[in-house]
Amino acid sequence: MLQKLELRSAVLSLVILFVGLFIWHFSTYVPVTGPVGVEFSQEQTDALKSQNMVAEDIEFYASQGVEFPQLEQIAALGLSREMIDMAGGIQALGISVPDENSAPAPGSLFPSPSQIGVELWATITDPFYVAGTNDMGYGIQMGYSLLRVIIGYTLAAAIAIPLGFLIGMSPVFYRALDPYIQILRPISPLAWMPIALFTIGDSELSSIFVIFICSLWPMLSNTAFGVASVRHDWVNVARTHELGALKTAFTVILPAAAPTIVTGMRISIGIAWLVIVAAEMLVGGTGIGYVVWNEWNGLRLDRMIVAILLIGVVGMLLDAIFGKLQRAVTYTE
Amino acid sequence: MAKPFLSVERLTQKFPDGAGGALTVFENATFGVEKGEFVCILGHSGCGKSTIMNVLAGLAEPTTGGVIMDGTEVSGPSLDRGVVFQNYSLLPWLSALKNVTFGVRARYQDWSKTKVEKHAKEFLAMVGLEGDVVYRKPSQLSGGMRQRVSIARAFANHPKLLLLDEPFGALDALTRGTIQEELLKIWGKTEQTVFMITHDIDEAILLADRILLMTNGPFARVAESVEITIPRPRNRTEIVEHPNYYAIRNHLVQFLGQHSKDLAGQENSGENNAPETVRIDMTQEAPEEEDASPHLRAVND
Repeated sequence: MLQKLELRSAVLSLVILFVGLFIWHFSTYVPVTGPVGVEFSQEQTDALKSQNMVAEDIEFYASQGVEFPQLEQIAALGLSREMIDMAGGIQALGISVPDENSAPAPGSLFPSPSQIGVELWATITDPFYVAGTNDMGYGIQMGYSLLRVIIGYTLAAAIAIPLGFLIGMSPVFYRALDPYIQILRPISPLAWMPIALFTIGDSELSSIFVIFICSLWPMLSNTAFGVASVRHDWVNVARTHELGALKTAFTVILPAAAPTIVTGMRISIGIAWLVIVAAEMLVGGTGIGYVVWNEWNGLRLDRMIVAILLIGVVGMLLDAIFGKLQRAVTYTE
Repeated sequence: MAKPFLSVERLTQKFPDGAGGALTVFENATFGVEKGEFVCILGHSGCGKSTIMNVLAGLAEPTTGGVIMDGTEVSGPSLDRGVVFQNYSLLPWLSALKNVTFGVRARYQDWSKTKVEKHAKEFLAMVGLEGDVVYRKPSQLSGGMRQRVSIARAFANHPKLLLLDEPFGALDALTRGTIQEELLKIWGKTEQTVFMITHDIDEAILLADRILLMTNGPFARVAESVEITIPRPRNRTEIVEHPNYYAIRNHLVQFLGQHSKDLAGQENSGENNAPETVRIDMTQEAPEEEDASPHLRAVND
């Protein structure tokens, strides 16, 4: 039954994927039309050649869709193609190509799924190339982002979990620190960026600081809540077994509050991954957030979409790690 | 007069009543428990049984009065006083075995890991938990099994006094019967001093050497101490045949049904606060009964 359920949902997922790609493909599909070539009769060619026009040039203009009367005008100018090009092309000389033969339709500006696929494949097969400061493999850029997230997040955990323990165990600390937490928590992490840039100065450290500050609150409040709501019976078990404060904290309160704490950690890593993209867009230089901004500025939408897709995949993996950790510490009463 | 092993002296507990005054739950509760004795305390809800239990466990402070055990005053919880809570209080993230070793390790810190485990398994076996079942988490055990683990944890620590707070209150009648017998068995082997709260008269008669009866609150007190004159080893099917069984049972029903109400709310002077000893023995020629002989009454009286 379960297998059948899994199979059915997998099939449905694939159907949704294909329908999505299909819609995407057709909404971005514009047939690329090249210029309509023009054929000249032998007399016309001879007439042009008699006006000192090279056979090569006649062929070129014909492939560009320039009609005979216009070509006669060009020939009458007695200029070579190089000189015409230097002057800005035939249009600049007042000779126009008839509309129906006009220049290629550019296709859609928004990349189609197949273009993304090509770009994605190129990224996956060569993720770590370095061709310049603004042209590095997405693997390297992702590495920069992950490193910042890991440093900022680890610092936040190192402070939030012990502090949360203290707040959860002591009603005095809980009440004393609560107003600060309530005010600081709703501030958008990016609002800290100017302060960080001014005080810390270094843009690298500033983005780490922003990750730190945004990861702090969910872990802090969840740890405090988890610790404060440990069943009193379990604490009594520790008390009747004469466990000291430290031993009680590690053998009873920590395992009892672990599911809530890990939930906080999971929320934090999710927020940190959201924020790093925005922070790197602001700070620039390296990182996957910067890549998105950079590709947008270069109008390489196909590469930008690949980067966005990879942000999603990495975020999913980060969440999955904490999901696994969460299942490991969860208990049923 | 020599002090008993556990001496509860003029215990009074007052709680704020929410209207600025104080509510006296019980007043001048005084009684003793001898070493190796199994004592049950019976009384209606609200008479402060659980509060007495918490004071004995060291989890709560009485307003006035004190508890002396083995010559020292009780203050704060201690490994010398093991507690079995009504809701088992097993740590749900640990297996049954780990829950017991948790206690044993706290008690015998110098023991090796294998010794701790062997000791824990021994006591789990005493309450009928053997084999793979000890590696299960509490959530995978039935209510009865959980309470067995909790009992094993308490006995494995060899406390000087074992406190049982309505241990079978949440169990169905059949399971309760089995575990009562397990409890008797393990108690017989360890000669543990036990103090137990219960609501169940039959359970109290089956298990106890002595039953303390409390009057209703507020101003509750321990009014009587009824000796259970039924020889051990007891077993639930045979004790009902004993001539003393219904005499004692009727006395208890009578007290809880009527006397506990009549005696309630009397602010006693504190002079005569030790419980009155009641001994009902129909097997002797001239039973000395203080109360109007209740043994002819119907049980449902």
